Amino acid sequence: MSTHHTKEPILEIRSLSKHFGGVKAVDDVSLTVNRGDVVGIIGPNGSGKTTLINCITGFLKPTKGTVSFHGKDITGKKPHKIADMGINRTFQIMRPYFSMPAYKNLVIPLSSPRAKRVGGWRGGGKHGDRDTVAVDILEELGFERDSRVPYKMAGTLPTGYLKRLELGRCLALRPELIICDEVFSGLSASEISSLVPLIEKLNGQGITMIMIEHRLAELFRVANRVMALSYGEKVTEGEPDEVINHPKVREAYLGSEEDF
Amino acid sequence: MTTETTQKRRERIDRGIKVRSESLYALNSFEEIAYLLTPRVLLIAAFVLMPLILSPWPYWGRVGLSVCILALLSISFDFLANYVGLVSLGGAFFYGVGGYMAAVLNTELGLPPVLSIPVATLLGAGFCTLALLPCLPLRGIYFAIVTLMYPLLMTRIIEAFDILGGTEGFRGIDGFSGFFTEQYGLILAMFIALFGLRRFVNMDGGLVIRAVKDNDQSVRASGISVTRTKAKAVFLASLTGCFAGAYYIHMYSNVGISSFALDLSIMPIAATIIGGAGTLVGPVLGAAILVPLSEFLRDFGSLRIVVYALVLTGFVVFRSEGLMNYMTRKYQQVERWVKI
Ligand SMILES: Nc1ncnc2c1ncn2[C@@H]1O[C@H](COP(=O)(O)OP(=O)(O)OP(=O)(O)O)[C@@H](O)[C@H]1O
Ligand SMILES: [Mg+2]
Repeated sequence: MSTHHTKEPILEIRSLSKHFGGVKAVDDVSLTVNRGDVVGIIGPNGSGKTTLINCITGFLKPTKGTVSFHGKDITGKKPHKIADMGINRTFQIMRPYFSMPAYKNLVIPLSSPRAKRVGGWRGGGKHGDRDTVAVDILEELGFERDSRVPYKMAGTLPTGYLKRLELGRCLALRPELIICDEVFSGLSASEISSLVPLIEKLNGQGITMIMIEHRLAELFRVANRVMALSYGEKVTEGEPDEVINHPKVREAYLGSEEDF
Repeated sequence: MTTETTQKRRERIDRGIKVRSESLYALNSFEEIAYLLTPRVLLIAAFVLMPLILSPWPYWGRVGLSVCILALLSISFDFLANYVGLVSLGGAFFYGVGGYMAAVLNTELGLPPVLSIPVATLLGAGFCTLALLPCLPLRGIYFAIVTLMYPLLMTRIIEAFDILGGTEGFRGIDGFSGFFTEQYGLILAMFIALFGLRRFVNMDGGLVIRAVKDNDQSVRASGISVTRTKAKAVFLASLTGCFAGAYYIHMYSNVGISSFALDLSIMPIAATIIGGAGTLVGPVLGAAILVPLSEFLRDFGSLRIVVYALVLTGFVVFRSEGLMNYMTRKYQQVERWVKI
């Protein structure tokens, strides 16, 4: 949790809605993310978390509302344009390049215009040393360098590694804002506890984060603010303790257990 | 497998190489270098010797060149289909555009073949890429069907507006200065396309193109434009196809709407399937089988197509992976004796 809060907003979502026919997947959600924040987004299955992310990152066009990054309107821009600006996301359903070795998966983002312009992870990859930089990133993410895991075909890797590969793609792009869609799910408790310090470290380096999580305990270790969604609507937003004690959040998470 | 008496064991040659062959310096014996180079040398030698062997029979020399022309079109198809994920049924579009472009440059502007071919290749590829730009977001069967329309459309436009020589086409296009110039010019170009593309697909730029086939959403999330990447790939494939068309019309000194014929789109697919999809070399092999085969079958008259179809079906049913993939597998299983 970074404490250098100058409250400089970098991402502003205003009254964003996304409707699929009659389904209001996201309904009038507003959120401001300041530089250095780690914002958690929680909510039951189907509450619109992924849809919200897709609207921010350009994979879906919002029905209503606006998104701006550094004060610039980015609503409805193409996904690659938004990624190029430094908003980088992971996919809940992992999307590796199955036919390539793990490290080659990261050579792709390292070959992007953004990486060529500003440099990838720690400024590397600008001068064609992409294979090495890719393995460096994987090592940082807990792929044992000597174990040959980085050289295995992505298609043969277990979920845990694929989740981290998703994060690796963001890191390779030298992101300003990383949006993680459930990176912890599918990981073992020990894998998560090795990733939490990494998230803290990245945040310490000035990378802002939005994290969608169902694993509340781990999320609350890193998040300084949390927003809760339910049926596409924002229920509440605030400090992690406030949010978890909010009656509607308790109802959404625990209510069903009491009812049945 | 060990035999006690000799204290030797059989070992696959490629095992050690596979681990190290990413970088050439890692090869550590003549045997291993020979193992890696033999297939390449055989392929190159076959095409380099071909004109020398065929020079007494100019007709068969032309058949040899038809192999190269079909090989170029098939490489173009294989690259688009199996590295980019765009299955194009419009190979004839590239071919015809290249051909007409060269014809205009030669007959109207008087450019000699040495200029008209490269210029037609570049301009033609630019034209084809622009024309296909609206189809690039399409996938699978939709892209295939739309590309099928392009050559048909060109034929109809040329007929209806009576442009570019109408149904007559162009005649009296300059030929090449000699038998060997004609032969080696095309053979060299084919090897440049083959080895150039094979190298390119393993470079970082080529990797991005293959990534589009694997998962285009991830490519977008990496800040790379998918449309742009596909356009680059289509340009490369068009270069290969347009060159084939441009070269061919200078060989036969005329061009007509048959340059947009359907078989020019279909034959490359057959060659790719027979030779081995996704290898780029396979299509060359497939072309080297299909073209001579269809020549020999001329004697069969109307049964030609039947025999041809049977051979094709046989390959698809019994060797659906294609010759190249089959042979690579067998070659990798070659063993040697090592002392233990
Ligand atoms: N492309 C789509 N077309 C129609 N409905 C959709 C589409 N995508 C999502 N939805 C609907 O929108 C709602 C929100 O879905 P979303 O995937 O955003 O939820 P989520 O909060 O990410 O859930 P989870 O925790 O399961 O990942 C769901 O009711 C879903 O069925
Ligand atoms: Mg989701």
